[in-house]
Amino acid sequence: IGDFFLGHIAQPYPDYASESPFSFIWCASCNSVEKKIYVHLNYTVPCVRLLNATHQIGCQSSLSGDVGVLHVLESEENLDWVLSSGPNPPYMVILESSLFTRSVMMKLKNGSSRVAGIVVVAPNTNPVEGFSPHTSCPNENTGVYSESYDPTLAHCNVTVWNPLGNGLSYEEYDFPIFSLKDDNDTQVIRQCYLNHNQAVNGSSPRYPLCAMQLYSHMSAVTDTATCMRRNDINFSISPEMVCDPLGDFNVWASTRPLNNTEKGHKMWEKVVIAAARLDSRSFFFDVAPGAESGASGFITLLAAAHALRNVTQEAQPNRTIFYTFFQGETFDYIGSSRMVYDMENNQFTVDLDNVHSVLEIGQVGLHGESRLWLHSDPVSRRNSSVNEEVRKLIENLQSAAAGLGFTVGEAGFSQPLPPSSFQRFLRARQIPGVVIENHQLNFTNRYYESMYDNAEYLNVSYPPNLTPEEQLKFVTDTAKVILLLTVFKCVTYCVSQVSQMLYGFLVRSNNSWFQQLIPSDLTSHLSKLILNYTSSEPTLLVQYLLANLTGSAINITQENCQNQREDENDKESKHVRHETREGFCVRSTVRLSRAVSPAFELRDYTSKDYSTWTESRWKSIKGRIFLVASHELEMLTLGVGVGVLLASLLLTYIISSKADILFSSGREPT
Amino acid sequence: MTAAVFFGCTFIAFGPAIALFLFTIAREPLRVIFLIAGAFFWLVSLLLSSLVWFISVQISNKDSAAQQKGLLIFGVVLSVLLQETFRFAYYKLLKKANEGLLALSQEETMPISIRQLALRYMSGLGFGFMSGAFSVVNILADSVGPGTVGIHGDSQHYFLSSAFMTMAIILLHMFWGVVFFDACEKQRWWAVAAVVISHLLVSCLTFQNPDYVASLIPTYVILFLMGVWAFYSAGGSLRNLKLCLTCKDKDFLLANHRSR
Repeated sequence: IGDFFLGHIAQPYPDYASESPFSFIWCASCNSVEKKIYVHLNYTVPCVRLLNATHQIGCQSSLSGDVGVLHVLESEENLDWVLSSGPNPPYMVILESSLFTRSVMMKLKNGSSRVAGIVVVAPNTNPVEGFSPHTSCPNENTGVYSESYDPTLAHCNVTVWNPLGNGLSYEEYDFPIFSLKDDNDTQVIRQCYLNHNQAVNGSSPRYPLCAMQLYSHMSAVTDTATCMRRNDINFSISPEMVCDPLGDFNVWASTRPLNNTEKGHKMWEKVVIAAARLDSRSFFFDVAPGAESGASGFITLLAAAHALRNVTQEAQPNRTIFYTFFQGETFDYIGSSRMVYDMENNQFTVDLDNVHSVLEIGQVGLHGESRLWLHSDPVSRRNSSVNEEVRKLIENLQSAAAGLGFTVGEAGFSQPLPPSSFQRFLRARQIPGVVIENHQLNFTNRYYESMYDNAEYLNVSYPPNLTPEEQLKFVTDTAKVILLLTVFKCVTYCVSQVSQMLYGFLVRSNNSWFQQLIPSDLTSHLSKLILNYTSSEPTLLVQYLLANLTGSAINITQENCQNQREDENDKESKHVRHETREGFCVRSTVRLSRAVSPAFELRDYTSKDYSTWTESRWKSIKGRIFLVASHELEMLTLGVGVGVLLASLLLTYIISSKADILFSSGREPT
Repeated sequence: MTAAVFFGCTFIAFGPAIALFLFTIAREPLRVIFLIAGAFFWLVSLLLSSLVWFISVQISNKDSAAQQKGLLIFGVVLSVLLQETFRFAYYKLLKKANEGLLALSQEETMPISIRQLALRYMSGLGFGFMSGAFSVVNILADSVGPGTVGIHGDSQHYFLSSAFMTMAIILLHMFWGVVFFDACEKQRWWAVAAVVISHLLVSCLTFQNPDYVASLIPTYVILFLMGVWAFYSAGGSLRNLKLCLTCKDKDFLLANHRSR
């Protein structure tokens, strides 16, 4: 789906020193000497540095790149060569994905004086045994379960949600770690290693050796407070920012139009929040497919919103449904904490007193079995009125599901809620609510918050030899399964819509359906990430999709469409323009709300209650491979040069001082 | 490869030229001017030959390797001929300016005339400086990075041999300058032809690369021979050399002293 980070926005400021325009004019490919020396890596995905109130995590390279002799790690025992016995440190270690484990990474981290960097080769198929670089207890300090709420449930004492989690994403490394695809470029690297670096019969390999240089210098350091302070230093005309707070926008819509200019409590309004999460992450920057952890949930909610459109337009339910898509939940609930904060401070359309209950759709990818679980919070259910509401909610869901052929079970009463946005609502108010998941105890997702949580894991597969257009139209089985979860009947075309959504979010976002829905000035962003401080790609897509699925098209001109937006407070009109065909105006209740952690509003950068995650900025991320000569040869060259210089100085002095004698016979008297 | 290789190769390529500049040219501004003028003439000849080459490459068939190789040989030969033509042009210019130079020199400094060794070898050195700069500066710029040539199979002695070749070329230009001007003064056209032919020979030897031994050793042989020839045409002789080496020069000076 794409990464949540504002970090793409961080990507940005070019380094004016290193990318002078003249080098471009000179000729990008004219320098044939450079081509003889270096092979540039095309597809590089780095791990970047993130900071919070107390720590920095992620990777850092030196300012001029880290150079290391290549070594393809064969096994964990082979680490000995890198860490102690290899004669040419520092080494650049190439890891196959099977060796990308906690024990190998920790050993490399401890021996970092001899390690120049790590390159992980991403496989084409997911590893069978599962891999999750996230922590085993996600968001443990910013959820609702703390010592004050219920000490027995805090810190995953009852259920470890992510047992496969090895916490690699949250460690700090002082060398660069990149990820490469397993393609021709990587084959070149392996071939270079085999040709030059292999030790023959136990002797050390001879120079010249194959080496790699990786650049991923991060500007921010220590923690969020330090980097935000450094952001504010304004000595030069163009102040340099070193980090950016993670932030984006939440997308929300209501079945009944609500007056958005009047913030705060709305009388007689009772709202049911249907929530889902939009974001995910992985160890590497900008790789965050999040198929099961995020996409399964929000695509289901989108399908449900669409299915409910006709029903709610005929007969409004007595409680308004609020479809909410939160961004930034991976990083200590940025989106939901901000929405709760806004509700508490009367900055949002409704406030917490208006919220009747919360229904959250978590990870709902079904792998074969067709069984879902409903989780609720045991502590708030000690209150009898809350308990009554929750029970009614559960019964409704179970009876609705019974007619559709799969079972919905209730997770254990003594079990806390899994990590979910609902926890932030509970922190503020004891609201009844239920979280729908596909697991009863710990996650069944073996690739939680990793780069393997992709379309392949959800069995979103297409027969081979289909063009992208055909793939878009192909109805996958996963789509059918997801559709079952929308507990309303839907005509057949809903299935194809879900399938198209799966395709768009998990395989390729630059497809014809999305291009129809997004205004043409933003369609260029579908193929690359957005850098213009408004919202990231998934937020944008969900916003327009939701508008299209829940709103109605009206037949007015573009200027009227823009004007309408200002007139009406309760609905927003968006004009969707196209180059090739007439645009249309869609009026819906979809709005965006800022999802930046309240810690940055309050300027409390060491807050324990709110997320304080920021992402460092960087100048350039690249890598290249080349051969290195031995140190002795370099010194020999220098020695010869100095020798030649001194000898010629001496000789010239002698000759010039004796020039009269030496060249006398040809001279004529002046 | 790193700063060590960068400085090593710079000193190898420009060491003798820098030494010559420091001890013989730097003190007298007029000599500096002649040096730079010589460099400029070489630059103009390069500009013309590169223009011709660029046009011919554009109109040629870019896919045919044999044609490109032939074009390269043609370009090298043309460039050598143009350089020698401009050397001749510089000679003509200096000859015409001879009277002016004499008038200039009557004031304080020593007379500079075209018969002076200094003038001849400065024009050659000017050519050499510029030629060396164009040969080797972009290679030096890439030698600063951490990598060395070789990942695609080229020889890793690329930087070192380029530096030695450049040193040879600079010294050769200097010797050619001396011989050429001397031959033009004395109307010995066979000597001029010999200079042109030896220049062509050295340039064509570079086609032997990457077999660096086959290209560098004959170049240095030619360098030695041209050096000897230039020594003789500049007025040196074996007797003078022996006098210097055995340190009997002081007596000689006293006996043959002439005021300047």
